Amino acid sequence: MSLLKSTDDLLSLRERAIYALGVRVPGASQPQFRNDVVVCGSTGCRSANSQQVLKALQAQIIQRELDKAVRVISTGCRGLCAVGPVMQIFPSGVFYNRVQITDVPEIVEQTLVGGKIIERLCFRDVAQNKRLAHYLDIPFYNRQLPIVLRNCGLIDPQNIEEYIATDGYLGLTKALELSPEEVIEIIKNSGLRGRGGAGFSTGIKWELCRRVAKQPKYVICNADEGDPGAFMDRSILEADPHSVIEGMVIAAYAIGAPLGYIYVRAEYPLAVIHLRRAIAQARAYGLLGENILGSGFSFDLHLKEGAGAFVCGEEMALIASVEGRRGEPRPKPPFPAVSGLWNRPTVVNNVKTYALTPRIILRGPEWFSSIGTSKSPGTAVFALTGKIRNTGLIEVPMGITLREIIYDIGGGIPKKRQFKAVQTGGPLGGCLPASALDTPVDFDSLTEAGATMGSGGMIVVDERTCMVEFAKYFLTFATAESCGKCVPCRIGGQRLLEVLTRITSGAGTPRDLDEIERISRNMREASLCALGQLTPGPVMSALRFFREEYEAHVYDKFCLAGVCKGLYELHVDADRCAGCGLCKKACSQDAISGNRKEPHVIDQLKCIQCGACVEACNLDAIVAQPRGKGVHAIAVA
Amino acid sequence: MLDMTTNFDLAPLHAILEEYGSQKGTVIPILQRVQDAYGYLPKEILAEISKRTNIPLTQLMGVATFYTQFRLSPRGKHLIRVCDGTACHVSGAPHIVRAIEKEYDMPAGSSSPDLKYTLEVVYCVGACGLAPVVIVDDKVYGRLSPDAVLEKVRDV
Amino acid sequence: MPQVNITIDGKKIKAEAFKTVYEVATANGIYIPALCHHPALPPEGACRVCLVEIERQRALQPACTFPVTEGLVIHTNSPKVREARKFALELIISDHPLDCMTCEATGDCRLQDLAYEYGVKGNEYTGGVQHTYPIDDPNPFIQVDRNKCILCRRCVRACNYINGVEAIGIVYRGFKARIAFGMDSTMQDSPCEFCGSCVEVCPTAALWPKMSLGKGRAWQLKKIETICSYCGVGCRLNLHVRDNEIVKVTGADGPANHGFTCVKGRFGYDYVNHPERLTRPLVRRYLLEGGSKAATDHRGGGDGKNGDGLLATGNAAADFVETDWDTALNLVAHKFAEIKRNYGGDAFAALCSARCTNEENFLMAKLTRQLMATHNIDHCARL
Repeated sequence: MSLLKSTDDLLSLRERAIYALGVRVPGASQPQFRNDVVVCGSTGCRSANSQQVLKALQAQIIQRELDKAVRVISTGCRGLCAVGPVMQIFPSGVFYNRVQITDVPEIVEQTLVGGKIIERLCFRDVAQNKRLAHYLDIPFYNRQLPIVLRNCGLIDPQNIEEYIATDGYLGLTKALELSPEEVIEIIKNSGLRGRGGAGFSTGIKWELCRRVAKQPKYVICNADEGDPGAFMDRSILEADPHSVIEGMVIAAYAIGAPLGYIYVRAEYPLAVIHLRRAIAQARAYGLLGENILGSGFSFDLHLKEGAGAFVCGEEMALIASVEGRRGEPRPKPPFPAVSGLWNRPTVVNNVKTYALTPRIILRGPEWFSSIGTSKSPGTAVFALTGKIRNTGLIEVPMGITLREIIYDIGGGIPKKRQFKAVQTGGPLGGCLPASALDTPVDFDSLTEAGATMGSGGMIVVDERTCMVEFAKYFLTFATAESCGKCVPCRIGGQRLLEVLTRITSGAGTPRDLDEIERISRNMREASLCALGQLTPGPVMSALRFFREEYEAHVYDKFCLAGVCKGLYELHVDADRCAGCGLCKKACSQDAISGNRKEPHVIDQLKCIQCGACVEACNLDAIVAQPRGKGVHAIAVA
Repeated sequence: MLDMTTNFDLAPLHAILEEYGSQKGTVIPILQRVQDAYGYLPKEILAEISKRTNIPLTQLMGVATFYTQFRLSPRGKHLIRVCDGTACHVSGAPHIVRAIEKEYDMPAGSSSPDLKYTLEVVYCVGACGLAPVVIVDDKVYGRLSPDAVLEKVRDV
Repeated sequence: MPQVNITIDGKKIKAEAFKTVYEVATANGIYIPALCHHPALPPEGACRVCLVEIERQRALQPACTFPVTEGLVIHTNSPKVREARKFALELIISDHPLDCMTCEATGDCRLQDLAYEYGVKGNEYTGGVQHTYPIDDPNPFIQVDRNKCILCRRCVRACNYINGVEAIGIVYRGFKARIAFGMDSTMQDSPCEFCGSCVEVCPTAALWPKMSLGKGRAWQLKKIETICSYCGVGCRLNLHVRDNEIVKVTGADGPANHGFTCVKGRFGYDYVNHPERLTRPLVRRYLLEGGSKAATDHRGGGDGKNGDGLLATGNAAADFVETDWDTALNLVAHKFAEIKRNYGGDAFAALCSARCTNEENFLMAKLTRQLMATHNIDHCARL
C-alpha cells in the first residue's frame, strides 16, 4: 500500500498493478500465475453457493500444489445470474455455469491441469441447441457493450490496485489537470443523461450547481435501488465500487464540493461491505481526503445506509433521509443543485451515471456520444428478469431494440411460451406488448411507446401473466411505498388499487375502466413527486395495450391467464394432453382423473384453482376457461 | 417521572450515542445501531435517546415508523424472509407467503404467537435466478415449492 | 430582490423574484384556493388544492411553493387545474366523515368551503376504505379526532415553527400515515404545552377546543377583538361570544402575536363569568373597623368561604369585607408609609406581575425605588 502524492505516483503504481493482474490482461507477458479463475461472488451467485465452490476450489488447488500457478479470485457479478454459480478461466476464456462443489475436483483435474473442457458445465445455448465453452461464444455476452460493467467479473472489487490496473483513477488524474469548467464542458458535450431514470443532462445539472455561490456543496450518489426486480446498481457497487467513487470525486471537483455521501440500501449488505472497504482504500491511497494527488483539491466521502423506503430513490426524499428525517420529498423548485442537502447546493446522480463519468473524461466526449443514439448517447444497463431464459445483468448500446435484448441476449421465453409483455422502468414504468418489440431502447423512444427508461429494470412476462394482476402488483408496491405526504398519491393510489382489486376479484364495472383513466390522469398531474406521478404508469400502459384483458375481467368475469381467482376454470385441453399423469400427482384435491396415455379431466367441484397442475404439466395442456362452461360453477374461497 | 428504563441495559445505548455525539443527520444510523443492539426499538430506549440527544420524540417515532427496517416490537427467534420481487412474484412467491401465514398463524410482517418465527415479505434480494427465493435466518433457499419451504422452516 | 415580469390569467404583473406564485397572486387580488397552506407557516405543498398550470412545466405546480421567475405564464383556473383540484378534494373527502350537520367546524371549515366551491358531494368513491380512529385524548383542552384530519400538517408545522415544542408529528406512511403526539401516545402524555396553535391552524374539526364543544357554531357567535389580560406581551385575541358568554378564544392578528397565543390566553377564560371572580376590593374587617390583630393569628374551621362567597378565617375580625377603591387604596398607602417610617424602606419588598404592562411595571419600580427607597423588587415572569 502506498500513499499516492501525484499523478506520477499513480502511473507507476499502475504499471505494477497491471503486471499483478496477470493473465487477465490480454497478452500479458511473463505473468506470475498461469491461470486466473474468477468465481462470481455477487449476491445472486452467492445464494447459489458460489462461495463454498470458491473455497473448495482454493483448497483443491493447494492440495494439488497448484497454488503457484493458478489463482482463484472472487469477483462481482458476471451477468448470467440465471445459471449461477458461474466461473471463468483466464486466459482461455472457458466459462462454466451451475458449478457445484462436487464439480471442483474435475475442474482442477480436467481443465486446469489437463486443459480439457468439461462439456456438462458449459453454457447450453437453447437456440443453437449446443453447449458453448467460451464466454465470447455466448450470445448473452457477445451482443453486449460493457462500459459500466467492464470490470464486473474481471477484477477483485476489494482490491483497489486491480481497479487501478484497469485504467482506474486515470480519468480523475485527467480531470484534475483540467479546470472544473472544462470537466463540466466534457460531460455536457458527451450528452450524458442521468441514468436514474429521468434522463436529465448530467453536465447541465453540474453546471447549475457550480454556478450557485453558496458553500459548502455536496455530491450524493443515489444507490437506493428499490425497484423489485432490479439489481443493476447493487451489482456495480459490489463488482466495481471504485468506478463510482472515482466518478464522485470528479463530480465533486467539477462543482467544488468538499464532501459527498453514498446513499445505499441497507438491504444490500455485500455492496455496503465492498463500498466501506473501497472508501477506506481510496483514503489510504490518497484518492480521497486532503490534497488529492497533489492537486490541492480535497474531498471526502461517507456512506449512508437507507432503512427501507422506496421513495428515498426520489432525490428530495433521499436528501431528507440523509438529513435523518422521514424520507418525504418536497416540491421542486428549488432543485437540489440550488438548495439540497442542508439547503446547500447538491448534485444527486445515480450509481451508473457516476460510473460512466471517469470513462467519458478518459476517452473523450466524442467517443461516448458515438455510442448509442444521438439523443441518448452511451450504453444502458438492465437487470433482465422474469420469464426469460437468461436472467441477468446486461449492458447494451442505447438504440438496440427490445427484441434484440429479449431474444438475442435474453435467449427468449422459456418453456416455449409466448412473449406477452415487457415491463421497463419498474413499478413506476410501463409495459409494452409484442407489437412494440422493435422499439429502440432509449430515453425518448421508450417514453413515446408508453413505458419509461427507468433505472434499468426489465421484466419479461409470458402468456401466463394476467396483465391486470401484474399492474395491480406494481400498484400494491407503489402505494405501500407512498410517503403519504401529498393527497393524490396517498389517497389516490389507494383508490386506484381498490378499483383494480374490484376488477381482479370479478366485481369490476364498465365505469371502473373510466375511473382508472381519471384517477391515473390526475395522479400524474397532481402528485408532488415522481413516485406519485408515475404510480399509475403500469396500470395505464396495461390498460392501453391490453384493454381486452381488462374488458374480459369486467364484462365476461374471465381471466384468460388463469391468475385471478374465481375468474376462470381449469380444463384439460384433450388435444394437447398426453395422459402422463403429472397433473394428477400434483393435485392436492384429487380433482383430476384419467387413465394413463388418455386425456385427463378436472372435476370442477373439487378444483380449488391452486395452479399446481398448470405448473406440473410440461405440455401446457391445462388451460383457463371462462367459468360456468363446465359442469357447475363453484364458489372459490 | 417513572423510570421506565430499568428493564434495559443502557450501556450499549450510551456507547452508541457517544459515538455519534452531536453530528447532524444521525437519527437513522443511531436507530439502526440501537436496533442491532436491542433487537428492536423499545419505547423506553427511544425516550432515553430523545432525552440525551434532544431529538424530539415525534421525530424519532416518525422516522422509526417510516422505514420498514425499524421494528417497534421484538422479533421472533427465526426470521423468514420471502422475496416477492417481480421475478419471485411471477414464480409463485404469493403461494409461499400464504402457506407460511396459514401454518404459523402470522400475517406477513408479524411474528408467530410463540415468538419462534417472524415472517417478512421483502422486495428483491437480488437472487432472481433462483426465484422464488426464501431466506430463513441467513440461509438462502431457491426454487422451492410451498411445502418444501414449510419443511425448511420447520427444521431450523 | 430583483423584480420580474409574470403573467397570471392574462394579467401582466411585476413581482419580487422568488416570492411564491400564491403570494403574488393573492397580493394582486387573484384568488387561489389553498388548504395545507397557512400564511404564518412555511409552505408544505401537500394538499395539491392550490395547483396551477404554469406554461412549460411538465405537471401542475403548487402555487404555495413555486417561486416566480422572469417570464412565467400562469393559469390559475384552467379546466385542467379545476379537475385536479376537484380530484384532490374528492380524495380527501373520500376519507373524511360526512357529518357536517353535527360537526363543530361547520361554517368555519376550509374543507367544507372548498367542497362547496368545487361541487364535491362525497359519493365519488363509495365503498372505499375509510379510517376509523378512536376519538379523544384525556387532556382537558383539545379534542383530537383523526377521522377528520386531512394530514395538511398545519398543526405539525405550528407546533414546530410557532411554538417550537415539536409535540406533533407524522407516523407511518402512505395511506396509514397519521398525526401523532410525542411517542405516538396521547397529547396529554406528550411534551405538548396546550398553546392551542394547532387548533388555531387546523382547517377542519380534527383538533377542537373541548370547552367549546356544543356551544355554538361560527355564525351563532359574535367575534369581539380584545387584548389578552394575562401578560404584558399584548396578544390580540378574538373572543367568540354567545349570549354574553365567551365560548371560544382564538388569536387575532396583532403586532405581538400574529394570530397565535398561549395556553392562558386561549383556554384561560373561564374566570370571566366565574361566580368567585372579585369585582370589588376586599379588606379584612379589623383593618376597617379597628380591633385586635392578634385575634387573627389562629386560623381554623370553616370551608374557607363565608355566606357572601368571601374568604372566611373562622375569626370574624379577620374576615374580608367589600369596600370601595378609595378606602382600599388609602389603607394601602397608609400602611406602606407606616412600614417605611417604622422599619425603613428595606423592610418592604415588591413582586410585580407579568400580567401587568411594561408601563405598569415601570411605575411599580418607581414606587418601590423612589418612594419606598429600596431595591427589593422582582417580577414573577419566571414561568
